[in-house]
Amino acid sequence: MQWSEFFTSSVGKKFVMGLTGLFLISFLVIHVGINATIFADLVDPDENGAMFNKAAHFMGSTVLIRILEIGLFAGIILHIVQGYMLEAKNRSARSVGYAVNLGNRGSKWYSRAMGLLGTIILLFLIIHMAHFWVKARITHTLAPVTYNGVEMHDMFSEMKAVFSEGWVIAVYLLGCISLGYHLAHGFQSAFRTVGVHNNKYNSLLVNLGYGFSILVSLLFALMPVAMYFGWVG
Amino acid sequence: MEHYTMNLTLKVWRQKNSQEKGRFETYQVKNISSEMSFLEMFDVLNEELIREGKEPIAFDHDCREGICGMCSMYINGKPHGPWHANTTCQLHMRAYKDGDTIVVEPWRANAFPVVKDLVVDRSSFDRIIQAGGYISVNTGNAVDANAIPIEKDKADNAFAAAACIGCGACVAACKNSSAMLFLSAKVSHLALLPQGGPERKGRVLNMVAQMDREGFGACTNTGACEAVCPKEISITNIARLNAEYIGAGLVVE
Repeated sequence: MQWSEFFTSSVGKKFVMGLTGLFLISFLVIHVGINATIFADLVDPDENGAMFNKAAHFMGSTVLIRILEIGLFAGIILHIVQGYMLEAKNRSARSVGYAVNLGNRGSKWYSRAMGLLGTIILLFLIIHMAHFWVKARITHTLAPVTYNGVEMHDMFSEMKAVFSEGWVIAVYLLGCISLGYHLAHGFQSAFRTVGVHNNKYNSLLVNLGYGFSILVSLLFALMPVAMYFGWVG
Repeated sequence: MEHYTMNLTLKVWRQKNSQEKGRFETYQVKNISSEMSFLEMFDVLNEELIREGKEPIAFDHDCREGICGMCSMYINGKPHGPWHANTTCQLHMRAYKDGDTIVVEPWRANAFPVVKDLVVDRSSFDRIIQAGGYISVNTGNAVDANAIPIEKDKADNAFAAAACIGCGACVAACKNSSAMLFLSAKVSHLALLPQGGPERKGRVLNMVAQMDREGFGACTNTGACEAVCPKEISITNIARLNAEYIGAGLVVE
């Protein structure tokens, strides 16, 4: 069997979706972990985002991480393109629809809405990257801050500025909710797709997936909310 | 169980042939016994239509005891009707009450084109089986049943997968019209047994290739197939199929 045959088959395409999905999940763990350092402000009022700024600086200054960043972009783009191609193919498999649909009697609504949820996350990502990534990595228009003689971007102040507007908070909350539901199905589905078929592990992964999606989306959602209401910063 | 009769409104998909665009027709059926099966209710309606000089409704059926996989009605939005782990022929009218309206549609999938009314062409399933859903064994004396020891768990799982009757409810229920539950049952059945060993890799590769050629969608693990399967085929079989396919696809030259 040729590689091309494998990766263009329905199972091969899903294999790519599952692998990139799991890779993006591992990225979320890093992202949410580093960003959660903004909550150090809650225990030390003099912190003022120092721990977060240093962590963000570390992520931008290490060569290995910058290489991984390229892999991350490749993973996201592959996940998006493959996802849309599969969605189009799957939709085209039924030209005449039903008058009465099975709906929630057979499956969870969010498992059927992965394309829609993914699209909302994509639109959110564009706004999110314009807010932070472009300013930090491309235009370098963030204010500087110095810790122990090392100058770096004051990402923390940028977060406070971005999260001072109500509509931004609304957009971020919508993004977090969509991510939560996308993960609630995607987490366990990805493991099934790459071939985990031991029921003991599958039921564990379902519950782990629910826990992960709630924890990650809640932590992410708390960040703009905490800054908007001045709990942090 | 108490016997009762009922009057019902049926909205049934009528389509002359695969070329014609179909439409719903509404029928009133009277004095239907709660002890009738769903197909017997259709028999009563068809006799009436014939008496009136109209074309009877075409629908698939054969054994009428839930084991052949021929009946295929999509009833009020659910393949094989409201009961769990049940076929249309084993659905009984006690599931309904007087005055109910029932919408009956054919399986909807491009890989299952409508032949007439509620009859769809499911020969795509036959071609998937022909692509590898068998074992090649030279004929000769039958081997003693206890000659090849098989783990109890594997034998049980293979048997559960072999219970698939190929009715196509999984495809009908799936938002992607995916045939993965059917295919995974057929692949699992043989992959779990030592007799399936020699052709294991080629089988899964060829059967998936045939499934893709037939125009079924890909699996997104929503679980709708498992929820409507009359034989309760587990969605775990799909994960096993993925492992079989990936394992074979990454090594077969």
